[in-house]
Amino acid sequence: MAPAITLAAEAPKLSAANTGFMLICSALVLIMTPGLAFFYGGMVRVKSTLNMLMMSFISMGIVTILWVLYGFSLAFGTDKGSLIGWTSDFVGFTGIGKVELWPGYTIPVYVFATFQLMFAIITPALISGALADRVKFTAWSLFVALWATVVYFPVAHWVWGTGGWAFDLGVIDFAGGTAVHINAGAAALGVILVIGKRVGFKKDPMRPHSLPLVMLGCGLLWFGWFGFNAGSWLGNDDGVGALMFINTQIATAAAMLAWLAYEKIRHGAFTTLGAASGAVAGLVAITPSGGAVSPLGAIAVGAIAGVLCAMAVGLKYKFGYDDSLDVVGVHLVGGVAGSLLIGFFASGGGQSDATGVFYGDHSFDQLWKQCAGVFAVLAYSLVVSAILAFLIDKTIGMRVSEDEEIAGIDQAEHAETAYDFSGAGGGAARILPAPLADTATKKVDA
Amino acid sequence: MKLITAVVKPHRLDEIKEALQAFGVHGLTVTEASGYGRQRGHTEVYRGAEYTVDLVPKIRIEVLAEDDDAEQLIDVVVKAARTGKIGDGKVWSIPVDTAVRVRTGERGPDAL
Repeated sequence: MAPAITLAAEAPKLSAANTGFMLICSALVLIMTPGLAFFYGGMVRVKSTLNMLMMSFISMGIVTILWVLYGFSLAFGTDKGSLIGWTSDFVGFTGIGKVELWPGYTIPVYVFATFQLMFAIITPALISGALADRVKFTAWSLFVALWATVVYFPVAHWVWGTGGWAFDLGVIDFAGGTAVHINAGAAALGVILVIGKRVGFKKDPMRPHSLPLVMLGCGLLWFGWFGFNAGSWLGNDDGVGALMFINTQIATAAAMLAWLAYEKIRHGAFTTLGAASGAVAGLVAITPSGGAVSPLGAIAVGAIAGVLCAMAVGLKYKFGYDDSLDVVGVHLVGGVAGSLLIGFFASGGGQSDATGVFYGDHSFDQLWKQCAGVFAVLAYSLVVSAILAFLIDKTIGMRVSEDEEIAGIDQAEHAETAYDFSGAGGGAARILPAPLADTATKKVDA
Repeated sequence: MKLITAVVKPHRLDEIKEALQAFGVHGLTVTEASGYGRQRGHTEVYRGAEYTVDLVPKIRIEVLAEDDDAEQLIDVVVKAARTGKIGDGKVWSIPVDTAVRVRTGERGPDAL
């Protein structure tokens, strides 16, 4: 998160414009999660579509409640040792007045808390793409709750909380390259190393069942990402939010074109999934860097990230880990690329005066800071997520049975199927008789 | 009687239907089918991973014919189905013991 604007001599007053802008941005960020659900949902096979959607949706339930109870306090409360926050007034939102402003800004605490909640929701949902088709819904729900508590809330504090060590060090992460994308990508890698591959990985074709859904989801992500990025300056008084907005568009376009060009050269076709994936790679890469680079820099960031991510998605076949929908290849690699490229392309004219290797006095100073932020979050998230997955696996078990996995996790975990393909008339399905009244009476008698 | 079966490219259906009508065939059955011949299927690419799709879409046309007409009818179908490119399909015939028109109970050639 951006450092507080300290130019104003007097205490900031509530700005209706900034507050309205941030409420809209919060809603935009929320729609990214259903967008992600469709993006992922279209990429899995028919038999596990609903489970993929639900893994994102459940995060909107679980994380919201945890955020009110203690998450906001852990992430954005008063700093304790540069590692975690805690403010008892934030617990249960009990001590927050409705006109109380977030310190240094012109928006209410409630608005800041809501905006940040949307980030906390989508980050665990991002992880789910790596776990497609094979994880028990209860195990996933438990993982989301534990992961948010011991990984997301602390890391958000490091990167964005006043007093967090990365924040104090000067690591630039405008809207969540480290806290969101590297964090989720590394967690995905940690979990899949524990739970293993899908049945039939590298043998059965596991083609996406609906690329139109993928494109719809990608469109919603792109749309919502404007709130994610442009809102991260928490207001729009000095044009940095506007720079971020246009950089978001530019980098995404560049990354989509770069991914498609790479694919055409490498595989001979411009694929739809490539266009969607390239766009997401660009969005990921510009997330940390968009406030620090110029619009031309955004083209470079997007294009480099587009090619790197397109190359990275093949790694899973090389190394044999089953990152089902390429969370590592797109979010981890894209997040690392965007965060480190700040060290080269930061032009000093945006959110801070920091300049990268190609600008200012051509110093490597910012690059080292970025490296510290990137690799600390990567390592912490990877290790802790693997431990959480291991503990859940040893207690309630992470995976559904092989039978259920092959038959389709939708039926086993949700008692539903995504589509009704039964074309033939009577007999394809029937309504169960309603013996409930009888049974209930008998039970009472017994 | 003979049953003539043709597994051919879907976009040739109209030509084949017209050719059969011109020949005097009154009825036929069309089914969506999939399969491959010598040329196998095609390749699809998803995020750099290539998948071979063996089974390509085809249609299967079935026509009952009297023995004397069968050879000529096969030629009509083959001519209408041919594009000259790979994957044009196959046509074959097999003997049929009995055919019955369900509405009237007529049997044999009368049922055609």
